[in-house]
Amino acid sequence: MAKIVNRQEMAQGTIILNEIKAPRISQKAKPGQFVILQADETGERIPLTMADTNPKKGTITIIYMVVGKSTARFRDLNVGDEYYALIGPLGMPTHVENVGKVVCVGGGTGIAVLHPITRALKEAGNEVTTILGSRSYDLLIMEEQMRAASTDLHICTDDGSHGHHGFVTQVLKDVLENNDIDLVVAIGPIPMMKFCSLITKEKNVHTLVSLNPIMVDGTGMCGCCRVTVGGDTKFACVDGPEFDAHKGDFDELAKRLASYLDDEKQSFDAYKNGNAQKTGNFDKT
Amino acid sequence: MADKKKKVPRAKMPEQDPNVRRRNFKEVPLGLEAETAIAEAKRCLQCKKPLCVDGCPVSIDIPAFVSRIADNDFSGAIGKLWERNALPAVCGRVCPQEEQCEGRCIVGKKGEPVAIGYLERFAADYERNNGTGGVPEVAKPTGKKVAVIGSGPSGLTVAGDLLLKGHGVTIFEAFHKAGGVLVYGIPEFRLPKAIVANEVAALEKMGAKIECNNVVGASVTIEELFEEGFDAAYIGVGAGLPRFMNLPGENAIGIYSANEYLTRTNLMKGYLFPEYDTPIARGKNVVVLGAGNVAMDSARTAMRLGADSVKIVYRRSRDEMPAREEELHHALEEQIEFVLLTNPTQFFSDENGRLTGMECLKMELGEPDDSGRRRPIPIEGSEYKINCDMVVVSVGSNANPLLTNSTPDVSLNRWGNIDADPVTGKTTKKGVWAGGDIVTGAATVILAMGAGRAAANSMHDYLALGW
Ligand SMILES: Cc1cc2nc3c(=O)[nH]c(=O)nc-3n(C[C@H](O)[C@H](O)[C@H](O)COP(=O)(O)OP(=O)(O)OC[C@H]3O[C@@H](n4cnc5c(N)ncnc54)[C@H](O)[C@@H]3O)c2cc1C
Ligand SMILES: Cc1cc2nc3c(=O)[nH]c(=O)nc-3n(C[C@H](O)[C@H](O)[C@H](O)COP(=O)(O)OP(=O)(O)OC[C@H]3O[C@@H](n4cnc5c(N)ncnc54)[C@H](O)[C@@H]3O)c2cc1C
Ligand code: SF4
Ligand code: SF4
Ligand code: FES
Repeated sequence: MAKIVNRQEMAQGTIILNEIKAPRISQKAKPGQFVILQADETGERIPLTMADTNPKKGTITIIYMVVGKSTARFRDLNVGDEYYALIGPLGMPTHVENVGKVVCVGGGTGIAVLHPITRALKEAGNEVTTILGSRSYDLLIMEEQMRAASTDLHICTDDGSHGHHGFVTQVLKDVLENNDIDLVVAIGPIPMMKFCSLITKEKNVHTLVSLNPIMVDGTGMCGCCRVTVGGDTKFACVDGPEFDAHKGDFDELAKRLASYLDDEKQSFDAYKNGNAQKTGNFDKT
Repeated sequence: MADKKKKVPRAKMPEQDPNVRRRNFKEVPLGLEAETAIAEAKRCLQCKKPLCVDGCPVSIDIPAFVSRIADNDFSGAIGKLWERNALPAVCGRVCPQEEQCEGRCIVGKKGEPVAIGYLERFAADYERNNGTGGVPEVAKPTGKKVAVIGSGPSGLTVAGDLLLKGHGVTIFEAFHKAGGVLVYGIPEFRLPKAIVANEVAALEKMGAKIECNNVVGASVTIEELFEEGFDAAYIGVGAGLPRFMNLPGENAIGIYSANEYLTRTNLMKGYLFPEYDTPIARGKNVVVLGAGNVAMDSARTAMRLGADSVKIVYRRSRDEMPAREEELHHALEEQIEFVLLTNPTQFFSDENGRLTGMECLKMELGEPDDSGRRRPIPIEGSEYKINCDMVVVSVGSNANPLLTNSTPDVSLNRWGNIDADPVTGKTTKKGVWAGGDIVTGAATVILAMGAGRAAANSMHDYLALGW
């Protein structure tokens, strides 16, 4: 179970795609839901959103950026290897209905999270304008899939290597100026979501974001994933991960994500030094 | 003195030295030697009407197992225990004996009661270390299949009993390891995880299938399990929803629920970081809010993770502390401080969101409240600050709605606990039973097991005769 059947490297190897055998989850999962994975018995429980599912094949797809030890250990798994644990689908699915005109904004691996949501919104009959951003064009992922899932697509790069030279927020502002938009979905790095939210708030356009706090169980039993939304404490794993952007406390989320910064660095450095030559080849009990 | 017959004193449990153990995760009580156990067993008067048995929620035949220890027949003793209790190594360690079996023992009326818990633990440990590793024989297969949801003591008991009766059993567990609170909550130094793993392995040998990583309600629903061919289901999912204080500043970094703190440490083995990948904060000045077993476990864990000071902050007085006496005693020996009649009002943090301290109010005790305990009343103007870099909130837990939300025809009471028949464990949904903390609210291992035993009997009747 939880065997990797397909693996791809994206964005210069900084982002990895795994297609994993998971018959039960693939039948049930809806856009916006996530899974928790563990590399082996000693591993951390890592939440990742499903970027795609294939109920016929009985597989799910995850796309993750390598940012620390746990995601590095995932990167080192090869086709044929199995995850020690795979749990899901978790979280509330995105509420998908035909509201009219929708803008989807994605950055980094947030694009992977956004993909099934965008597709579902378009299938529900919405006119979907998608805006994707990355530091440079070679770090952009899933351009073709997102084009297929959207009515029209804009690309922004910080360095101007493709499309609009600048941030997604500038294009978002233009789109909002010139159209009557009913819903914005913004998923990406916290600063991106925060600034998109400030812009849509000014225009009073309902906006959803996906909050990604640190998690442990993913079932509401630990409270590690608490976020403040509209002044109330919510557990992102069961009440979210999607929330009303205009009520979210992004600053608190950013601070809480740094809870274990020193430990994470220590553990990642040790892994890089100890396992530099040892890829895809560690003990799985 | 002129005493003719010298009273034999109750056996003392050898323990790790408090100054050593407060910095390690090894088990605190070391277990009795065979000789001491035999001597202790001989203190039992073999009462004709044993009161101790009335005090045990699963009615273990205590005089019978104790007399076998006295006769050096240790495997006979474990056989007697197994008749009523599938997890004696666990119960011998964590039951609140002073309120249950030992609390009723006649020898205790004029002295110290027979150490029933120590003896139970002794017999179980002896069997695990020296026994044949055999498992009880199961009845001829009935062809019926039962889904047990949750692998805590309650679910494990149901599984064991139904296997014995010849039914097929699959246990569905949300986490990657079976055992419930026994593996994610109660720390290694009080209940070594190898013991729980041993019990789980025995069930597997008897034919149980264990599907870990399966969150029923999310991964699959009970209705779907019935469609897949299960004939009955038992819900033993525990009380897994942490309570917080709902005070300003409570989302500061360094404030944990006891569930998170203990899960990171025990289940994820954060105390072995970086060998294990899950980090756990090592607070220097730690405050634990609450005074039950969970609070003691959190406080003693923080000490072992290297704290300079650990304070239990509790709004009532020492007399009202709900933790077992043994746990309070162990905590004090390990230099945990008790700050009583004190309640927090808010938390402070620095510009990075890290906890720096909390404001507290002093309390005094007024008239008894609904729980029969004297109600704490704040003393006006008594605010003061406690500096701390970590707080573990251990003020109880509620029912987690994840599974029950997916089963609307299983009715709940007003606290969200499952409304199950107190005798049989039947819920309002045909073919579904429930027991343990999800029914009673946070209680004890042995009560969860007792509920499991009762439900297993009722389920067996159902599988043979119908609802
Ligand atoms: C519901 C949910 C869905 C997610 N989906 C995806 C996804 O589809 N693709 C993807 O690449 N990532 C996703 N994430 C983020 C992913 O879980 C983290 O990147 C991962 O846990 C990092 O683990 P690590 O040990 O490799 O890095 P760590 O060493 O733990 O962290 C390295 C750095 O990443 C930051 N970080 C830690 N945890 C998170 C987090 N939860 N979110 C963002 N940054 C974090 C830390 O602050 C640190 O700076 C999701 C998170 C959640 C909660
Ligand atoms: C820290 C701590 C210390 C304690 N100390 C003592 C003590 O000293 N003595 C004592 O007698 N009692 C003690 N208790 C209480 C005792 O542990 C509980 O009363 C007992 O474990 C309850 O058993 P249970 O089987 O009902 O549930 P649990 O032990 O809670 O097990 C429930 C299991 O169900 C799983 N689950 C939950 N939801 C789902 C789902 N949707 N699908 C699948 N699986 C699910 C959980 O992951 C868990 O493994 C303590 C409790 C804690 C937390
Ligand atoms: S199960 Fe608990 S209450 Fe019963 S005899 Fe054993 S220790 Fe005592
Ligand atoms: S009450 Fe005490 S003395 Fe009597 S049988 Fe029970 S353990 Fe023995
Ligand atoms: S991750 Fe534990 S409650 Fe959300």
